[in-house]
Amino acid sequence: MSLRAALGEVLGRGSAKEGVHHWWLQRVTSVALVPLSIGFVVSLLALPALDYATLIAWMRQGGTALGLVLFVLVAARHSHLGVRVVIEDYVHAPGAKTLALVLSDFAHFLFAAAAVFAVLKVALGGRL
Amino acid sequence: MPERPLSPHLSVYKFKYTLATSILNRFAGLILSLGFILLVYWLVALASGARAYAQARALLSLGVCKILYAVLLAAFVYHLAAGVRHLIWDTGRGLERATARRSAWIVAFVSLVVTALLVYSFLRPGAYAR
Repeated sequence: MSLRAALGEVLGRGSAKEGVHHWWLQRVTSVALVPLSIGFVVSLLALPALDYATLIAWMRQGGTALGLVLFVLVAARHSHLGVRVVIEDYVHAPGAKTLALVLSDFAHFLFAAAAVFAVLKVALGGRL
Repeated sequence: MPERPLSPHLSVYKFKYTLATSILNRFAGLILSLGFILLVYWLVALASGARAYAQARALLSLGVCKILYAVLLAAFVYHLAAGVRHLIWDTGRGLERATARRSAWIVAFVSLVVTALLVYSFLRPGAYAR
C-alpha cells in the first residue's frame, strides 16, 4: 500500500532520493577542505615573494600542482553545493530559480575547468 | 500559493545568536564563492605568461583590493571555524544549549584572532614587496 496522498501520486513529486547525497557530499568536501584550504594559505604565506618567477617555480614543485588541483576541484564542488542551497532558499520565482541554478552550474564547471587547466599548463608546460 | 515566511528568513525571526552564527556562515560561504573567481583569475593570469601576470598583478595590488583580501581572509577563517563546529555537531556532539553557546564564542574568538594574524601576515606594509 502506498502511503502517498492521491495528489502526490498523480504529480509524481516524491523524494528524488538525492537529498542525502547532497548533504553527504557537502560534509565530505568540508572535511577535505580543512587540510586543503589551510595548506593553500600556509604555502602562500611561506612564499618569499609573489613575482612571476617565484610563483612559477612554486607551482612546478611536485606537491604544489597536485595540491592546487585538489583544492580548486573540491572547493568548486563545495561552492557548487552551497550556492545551490542558497538559491533554493532565497530565489522563489520558478523561472528565476531555474535560471539561477543553471547559471551557477555553468559558472562552477567553467571556473573549475579554467583553474585546473591553468595549474596544469604551468606545471606541465615548457618555458612560459 | 499563500505568502508564507520561508525558512531561513531574516526579517521575521526574533534575533538570537544562533541566527547570527548561521547566517554569517552562509554569507561567508557566498563571499568565498565569489573569491574563488578571483583565485581563478590569478591562476589563469599566471598561466598566460609573464606579461599577462604583470598586468594582473598591477590590478590585484591596488589599495581597494587589500580591503577585498581582508574581507576574504575573514570569511575564510570564519567559514572554516564555523564549518568545523558544524562537523562536530554532525557527530551528535556539542548540541546542548550551553555547549553550543560556548562553541559559538570559541568560533568568534578564534576567527577574530586568526583573521587578525592573517591580515597582518599578508597585508602588512612591505609584505610580498617583490
